[in-house]
Amino acid sequence: MGAQRNWYRSLWGSPSAIAATVLVGGLVFVAVAAGWLWGHGATASNVAISSEGPSAAHLLGTDPLGRDILDRTLVATRSSLVLAVLATATGGVVGVGLGMLSAVAGPVMRRLLGALISLLLSFPALLLAIFFAVIFGVGSAASVIAVGASFAPGFARLTQTLGASIADREFIHAARLLGKSRWYVIRRHLLPNVAEPIVLYGTVHVGQAILVLAGLSFLGLGVQLPAYDWGSLLEQGLARVYESPAGVVAPAVAIAVAGLACNLAGEVWADIIGRSGSARPVASRRTGRKGQVTSAPAGASGERPDGADWLLRVDGLRVCFPAAAGESAPVRDVSFTIRPGERLGIVGESGSGKSLTALAIAGLVRAPGRVEARRLEFLGVDLLRPSPQRSKVLGRNLGLVFQDPGGTLNPAVRIGTHLREPAQAHLGMSRKAAKARALAALEMVLLPEPLRRYRQHQHELSGGMRQRVSIAIGLAAEPRLLLADEPTTALDVLVQRDILGLLVRLSTERSTGLVLISHDLAVVAETCERAVVMYAGFVVEDAPVAVLLGAPAHPYTAALLAATPDIARGPDQTLPTVDGRVPGPEQDLAGCYFAARCPLATDRCRAERPPLLRLASRAPGGADPVGGDGGSGRSVACWYPLVGGGRFRSLTGAGQAEVAE
Amino acid sequence: MAQVTTTAAQGRPPGGDGRTAVRPSAAAQGLARFAAQRLARLVISVFILVTATFFMIQAIPGNPAADTLGQQATKQLIQLRTRQLGLDKPLLTQYWDYLTGVARGHLGTSFISTEPVSTILAARTPPTLELAIPAFLIVILVSVPLGFVMALRTQDGRGERTRLAFIAVTGLGNSTPDFVWATLFSVVFIVGLKLFPVAGDTGFASHVLPVAALVIGPAATLSRIVRVEALKVLASDYVLAARGRRLPSWLLYLRHVLPNMLTAALTYGGMVFAGLIAGTVLVENVFAWPGLGTEVVQAVVDKDYPVIQGILLVLGTICLVTQLLVDITLGVLDPRSRIRES
Repeated sequence: MGAQRNWYRSLWGSPSAIAATVLVGGLVFVAVAAGWLWGHGATASNVAISSEGPSAAHLLGTDPLGRDILDRTLVATRSSLVLAVLATATGGVVGVGLGMLSAVAGPVMRRLLGALISLLLSFPALLLAIFFAVIFGVGSAASVIAVGASFAPGFARLTQTLGASIADREFIHAARLLGKSRWYVIRRHLLPNVAEPIVLYGTVHVGQAILVLAGLSFLGLGVQLPAYDWGSLLEQGLARVYESPAGVVAPAVAIAVAGLACNLAGEVWADIIGRSGSARPVASRRTGRKGQVTSAPAGASGERPDGADWLLRVDGLRVCFPAAAGESAPVRDVSFTIRPGERLGIVGESGSGKSLTALAIAGLVRAPGRVEARRLEFLGVDLLRPSPQRSKVLGRNLGLVFQDPGGTLNPAVRIGTHLREPAQAHLGMSRKAAKARALAALEMVLLPEPLRRYRQHQHELSGGMRQRVSIAIGLAAEPRLLLADEPTTALDVLVQRDILGLLVRLSTERSTGLVLISHDLAVVAETCERAVVMYAGFVVEDAPVAVLLGAPAHPYTAALLAATPDIARGPDQTLPTVDGRVPGPEQDLAGCYFAARCPLATDRCRAERPPLLRLASRAPGGADPVGGDGGSGRSVACWYPLVGGGRFRSLTGAGQAEVAE
Repeated sequence: MAQVTTTAAQGRPPGGDGRTAVRPSAAAQGLARFAAQRLARLVISVFILVTATFFMIQAIPGNPAADTLGQQATKQLIQLRTRQLGLDKPLLTQYWDYLTGVARGHLGTSFISTEPVSTILAARTPPTLELAIPAFLIVILVSVPLGFVMALRTQDGRGERTRLAFIAVTGLGNSTPDFVWATLFSVVFIVGLKLFPVAGDTGFASHVLPVAALVIGPAATLSRIVRVEALKVLASDYVLAARGRRLPSWLLYLRHVLPNMLTAALTYGGMVFAGLIAGTVLVENVFAWPGLGTEVVQAVVDKDYPVIQGILLVLGTICLVTQLLVDITLGVLDPRSRIRES
């Protein structure tokens, strides 16, 4: 039943689906019924009314034998469609046969067939059709064979491609090992697996066949008198175009409508198949403006008397997307600050909102996503509203390094160009100066042979080199802050170590701030001075790395720490895991988002969300009222922190605790 | 012939594992080798094309010599025609004669006009190219900017109405074949409004309608492809990274979006040109254009085999050379395509 409803939705679900259904249905109806309905007008000749123009009796006029042109066009629907289907079927049988053959053939045969198919594909169908029309002569049957033959390479290539992907699967090998014949393998294993796409391809090509056959008939090489199809009617109409211009209209429109119908049907069908494969994101259309950014009224946050000491200041950051029901907010409430030259790690499992936090800071959240915050400032510039100043400060002072260096380097652009760009665009350097600087940057990241790398493309480098290049690019404009999102996740362990060492060294040497995002607490511990732990779009703990590792305050941090090898435990102990899952971005809970998985959770945790509050430091002289959450201070969002005796001081002012969306 | 084959199974883009070996060859050297490979492939393809046009005559069922002469032909006449076609000699000798003939530019003489085929080709090829080349250039110049602007206006799910209008217009454009446009144009602009010359090649004005008819379909299809490809590129990680570098928009689009999008546009562009060559055959017949298209159709009807062979050779070679040019251009623009294919 569900499947039926899906089909119904597919056929009538969108304007193009409705149009396709109506057009194809209409064509088939006319093809079947035209003989009875209009057959008389199409065949009864009456010389008394020969070659007349449009009239009430003959809407589009008559031909030289006095036959109604509109009737003839409608009746020709059948021959046009039938011939097209036959031609497509011919091409399908021959092509699929060829493709199958190549799928089960030996390597030499396979290559030869592949080369042949490639060659045939470089000629347009009409040219091949003319070639075959020479061999088979002119006429309906010959043109069907000719068009079929010209379609065969396309079918063969599709079958070959599909077959190649299947031919290496286990069950084919198994069948071969069992001594099954090639024919058996084709029939039992290959055909059923390639049937659906081939039928789709064939359907779309019926439309193509209508056009090519009409073209052949139009040229006088296809259907011969007294038989007729749209192509020959168009040709006859064109021959008399001065006497009766209306004569060409009917066949021309018929061909166009048939082409449009098949085209639309193909699109709708492909769409249906595509949709059954993967659910399309519902949210992305029509809602939202591009990267809309709103800021909550200021004042709710704790004012800092001196803004100068901050490099980046994130307060109450929220990133949300429109969803099927309401809103989805992968980043719910994130606050942290970073001082010049400081190395901050953001750690959390996947889905905790780390990467999106980075994108929001960099101003790269695309519509329909929205970024909100009480405050989002970088070097004193408000990042919440697009402005020339914002672009300038971000371009000049924020470097970005992403997880997949292969993906973030443009494959068609040389490494050197990537490096030169920021310096030229933001520092106004000449090409030459920018190049010198780029080469220096490559040396700085310890890439051997910088001049050669400069000229290469990303695919010529190894993964580790690419990430070094990405870091060099990130640092090329000498930014004040480098934002690195899982920079080592795609790399193997030894390379990972090198890259992390590099990041630490460069950030120290140039006193560049570093925000390192990682799912791996060990990576953060090795690299950063301070760590922010994220869970379900919230910051749950913010503390110096040593303090955090020694005595985690949030139960989630403790769980994360316990699940991290190397740091807390010996090599042969099994790692404890935390049951349950992170609440999804659509969920809206009143209490703590970790409560469901937390061994210490109480009713209070489930009912009321703990705000991120400063945990009073017990270290002597730790009462630093200003830079408190950096340095040695720590904050935690938990009603029952594991350390600190429960003495809290608000981090960002009392207002924050009440923010319960 | 390792360089001839490219199967889809081999067409995996490199570097997905993030640990591609460093290739020591200089870029230019790689390109030269790639071009040489492609040239070798072209030579082999042309050879196959020549062979195919030879066997086309052999494959005609019955007696092609008798066929060309009609039913009243005398025995002597048929013998003469058989000799003219070389069908009396052993197959291998015929093949060798044909190959050497083609190599020296001797393609035989027309049965109908008794003119050398090479003369006919020399007269008929330029008018066809006069339609196909401008049409190709206009297709590229229209569809790349159009598709690109449409992509910018419809990215991130914006501009839903623009998108629908674009899809509707291009849908109509690419499903109506060129000869139908040509016919409708001639009804409206020649017969109705009398704006353009009646038929034949009579200067600039006579080129307008045939070229326009050729352009519509491919331009509609190509601009759709360009839009989709541009959307893909705009959503890619490297464009995100480039946005992160806050490059000025023009630099972002010209350097980081356009070249990557052109790969797909050009790949299809090669097919567009081949399609235009076929399209001219039809469109020429609407406008009585003195090109290869009108000639080949007449020759097929007349069974003037040497002329058909010659024209198929020319048209086929044009398609193959276009393919070569596209491949090499792609190799320059997108170095990955070289590895993917070799």
